[in-house]
Amino acid sequence: MDKTLTSQELIAELRDGMVIGIGGWGARRKPMSLVREICRSSVRDLTIVTYGGPDVGMLCAAGKVAHLVFGFVSLDVIPLDPHFRRAREAGLSSVELDEGMLQWGLYAAGLRLPFLPTRAGLATDVQRHNPQISTITSPYPDGEVLLAMPAVELDVAIVHVNEADAAGNCQVLGPDPYFDDRFCMAAKRRYVSCERIVPTEQLSDSGPLQTMLLHRGLVDGVVESRFGAHPTSCAPEYGIDVAHLNEYAAAVEPDAWAAYGERYLSGSDADYLAAVGGEDHLERVPATTF
Amino acid sequence: MDDMPPTLAETCIVACAESWRGDGEILASAIGVIPRIAAGVARMTFAPDLLVTDGEATLVATPVPVGERETAPVAESWMPFRRVFDTLWSGRRHVLMGAAQVDRYGSTNIASVGGTPQHPTRQLLGMRGAPGNTISHACSFWIPSHRERVFVERVDVVSGAGYDPAMWDAGVNRSFHEVRRIVTNMAVLDFLTPQRTMRVRSLHPGVTLEQVQANTGFPLDVAEDLTVTRLPTDEELVLIRELLDPTGRRNAEVRDA
Repeated sequence: MDKTLTSQELIAELRDGMVIGIGGWGARRKPMSLVREICRSSVRDLTIVTYGGPDVGMLCAAGKVAHLVFGFVSLDVIPLDPHFRRAREAGLSSVELDEGMLQWGLYAAGLRLPFLPTRAGLATDVQRHNPQISTITSPYPDGEVLLAMPAVELDVAIVHVNEADAAGNCQVLGPDPYFDDRFCMAAKRRYVSCERIVPTEQLSDSGPLQTMLLHRGLVDGVVESRFGAHPTSCAPEYGIDVAHLNEYAAAVEPDAWAAYGERYLSGSDADYLAAVGGEDHLERVPATTF
Repeated sequence: MDDMPPTLAETCIVACAESWRGDGEILASAIGVIPRIAAGVARMTFAPDLLVTDGEATLVATPVPVGERETAPVAESWMPFRRVFDTLWSGRRHVLMGAAQVDRYGSTNIASVGGTPQHPTRQLLGMRGAPGNTISHACSFWIPSHRERVFVERVDVVSGAGYDPAMWDAGVNRSFHEVRRIVTNMAVLDFLTPQRTMRVRSLHPGVTLEQVQANTGFPLDVAEDLTVTRLPTDEELVLIRELLDPTGRRNAEVRDA
């Protein structure tokens, strides 16, 4: 089955008010070409669920976010995304979770469970600030009171991977799968952008079976997007583009953001890649050292 | 260079490293420059069983220096974030991290300051992993600037659980919770009092108890056997200066007075 589509065709599947989960972690392996396409689209009032990086800040700056479910929003090389900070300090509706709670909520949704128990969040303001999150008492002799992390159900998940075949089998060649499979399991519709669409038999040449993070049963659409994670990293192919993130992070005031948008978001993604220095430059962005 | 006396940063690094003494074969997670160097010191001297990462998903056979490195480290295993979560919920971890605010009971805040939960005056990092960390395993904190704005009577947001009894509902399991130690640029503090309130355990060389109290927004307990924080050994100084932080990034975080 051929599930390939263009990013425009993918965005046409989105609706106002959807709950969208975004894979990756901070400034690492984010589906940024899809995020930019959302910024260019008319879709609005989204609920975004993610371990956030510039995806969150950019969508906030573009006015696309009605509600945010997050554990953090960080650019890694810059501790806090200033666009996200500005949105939060202006009162953006949000639910702030512990990182592990978010994983648990996605996992519960993927397993079709109403909740999963955990201690994370108890005895902190995660619990007090979120009265919609209840506790449950163990039915066993220990009688322990645990936090019942509710399922975080997604309408759509978008993730970025190194390689995929046209049917949606996905391969992650970097050192960390993050929680991309959890996001896909938690979502009704799952879309992947990838550095390369390859013949199925090439997946085995690129890496061992364990690198094949998502099988086609968890993927509804595949978009080929070389450098699609830029300015975030896509190990082992390219690192975080620190210079670009600094430029992005400096464009907080309305005039500066408008100029950033004019330069980087007004055209196609091919225009974007040219504007950020072209393939020759992008191939030389060094691996990030943490 | 190794004849130079220890700097304050180096004394702080060793005080941070001491957090992990006796922890055995668990994951030592270190957030920030000085904690990272400290984990390396502990691993390479008195706590050789500790597991340490490259700051990403690799457990490394030898601790890596902070900043750029010329050779790829030798991997001894794999520690992606999902394994970090499993490891921390299982308790086999001790994290040393920062905090924007700390109160008398060791409740900590890295999330936001001021305003309301929906509308903070100043957004900080968010909860990150602090709630799960603090209720699951030992946590220690590194505070590079000991002052009243950090050591507050009441934190604006409790992202890391402390010993404040008002925060612990009946039936919640407290047995895995431990705020082990707080290291600042002035002193080492712990919570080994009957009420589990903050206590000065040692003063860095040249610092007085009065100075520490004057920079703390609540009354401090004091250890009966209050001591002076130990200085780095020659071996520790060599590790810090030549191997773990050859470019001196530690000096950007804390300087001699």
